[in-house]
Amino acid sequence: MSRLILYTIFIVLFANCKGEQQTVALDATDVFESKGIEIPVYDFESFKPLLNINDGKVRVINFWATWCKPCVAELPYFELINSRYPKDKVEVILVSLDLPSQVEAKLIPFVKKQKIGSKVILLDDPDANSWIPEVNTEWSGSIPATVIYKDGNSNFYERSFTYNELEKELKKML
Amino acid sequence: MKTLKILVGVAFVIAISAFALDKVSGAKIDKGYSIGDVATDFKLKNVDNSLVSLEDYKDAKGFIVVFTCNHCPYSVAYEDRIIALDATFKTKGYPVVAINPNNPKAYPDDSFDNMQIRAKDKGFTFPYLFDDGQKIYPQYGATKTPHVYVLEKTPQGNIVRYIGAIDNNYKDASAADQKYVEDAVNALLKGEKVPVEVTKAIGCSIKA
Repeated sequence: MSRLILYTIFIVLFANCKGEQQTVALDATDVFESKGIEIPVYDFESFKPLLNINDGKVRVINFWATWCKPCVAELPYFELINSRYPKDKVEVILVSLDLPSQVEAKLIPFVKKQKIGSKVILLDDPDANSWIPEVNTEWSGSIPATVIYKDGNSNFYERSFTYNELEKELKKML
Repeated sequence: MKTLKILVGVAFVIAISAFALDKVSGAKIDKGYSIGDVATDFKLKNVDNSLVSLEDYKDAKGFIVVFTCNHCPYSVAYEDRIIALDATFKTKGYPVVAINPNNPKAYPDDSFDNMQIRAKDKGFTFPYLFDDGQKIYPQYGATKTPHVYVLEKTPQGNIVRYIGAIDNNYKDASAADQKYVEDAVNALLKGEKVPVEVTKAIGCSIKA
């Protein structure tokens, strides 16, 4: 039941010292929509700007999938971070690597049932060897994997987290 | 009192050595093999209950060792391509040897019984081995499934010549325009250098 619409996220920033307005736009290649849940789909080129937004906000970007047990196990901690920290300071983005054919059968029902509050997007780019090193050169490609960044500072983790571990890493950036 | 001191001393030494041992094996897991390393042989149980080692293959020129499993959608997406690799290269001296590295306690789908069912359903033409105790995959440095190691048999042992993905499109075999494993084995058969030696891919984390 997906339909292609122009799904663009505008992140509008008024923050820099000259008072200039800066806009980062991510153009989704597709959108899955069902049961009131919308999941925008990106290839890596359209996703990439999300890894480099300079607006003073900490972004926690978690790569996961519904079939990945350790990923699902740690999702509540990312959700807790998302709800506990103010929206203008910390943003959690859950980047699903589910196969597109599984989005309506698995991903959307999961997001609905678990009442996921963080932003969920789908990264669908099968040429992983070309984009994995662009996320981080140390990443072997296993998930869960997480990027925590603010402006020019970025840390990468190819591992699972407990809540305390995740919050500790987040605080390094705050 | 003296006995107590000795006991404390011994306990201390044990604690230190346990820690050191832990550090050593931890470092090994993180690293694994690089291109040019000699890969270890193994003796692992196949789905037909026989034990399989690389040394059993007297006529092989090398091996396509694939760490894969039942539960992972990426592994499932590649099953037909793994069967095709075996069909193409077994007769040329490079058979596929598949190993399930997962602990069934972490993933019940990856139990030995379920491996037998999967191998039968899909008609695997290659051994599908169970890394009982999860001892082999850390030595190779496999982190996910599927994760391929192409080995070349030499008098010095089985040398690692390629590490990584099968090709560059997990979704659609016909859309893959970089067939890394195929290219690697074809190069080795011609006595040439493997064109792309290491690639990265998304896969399911191996759980010990």
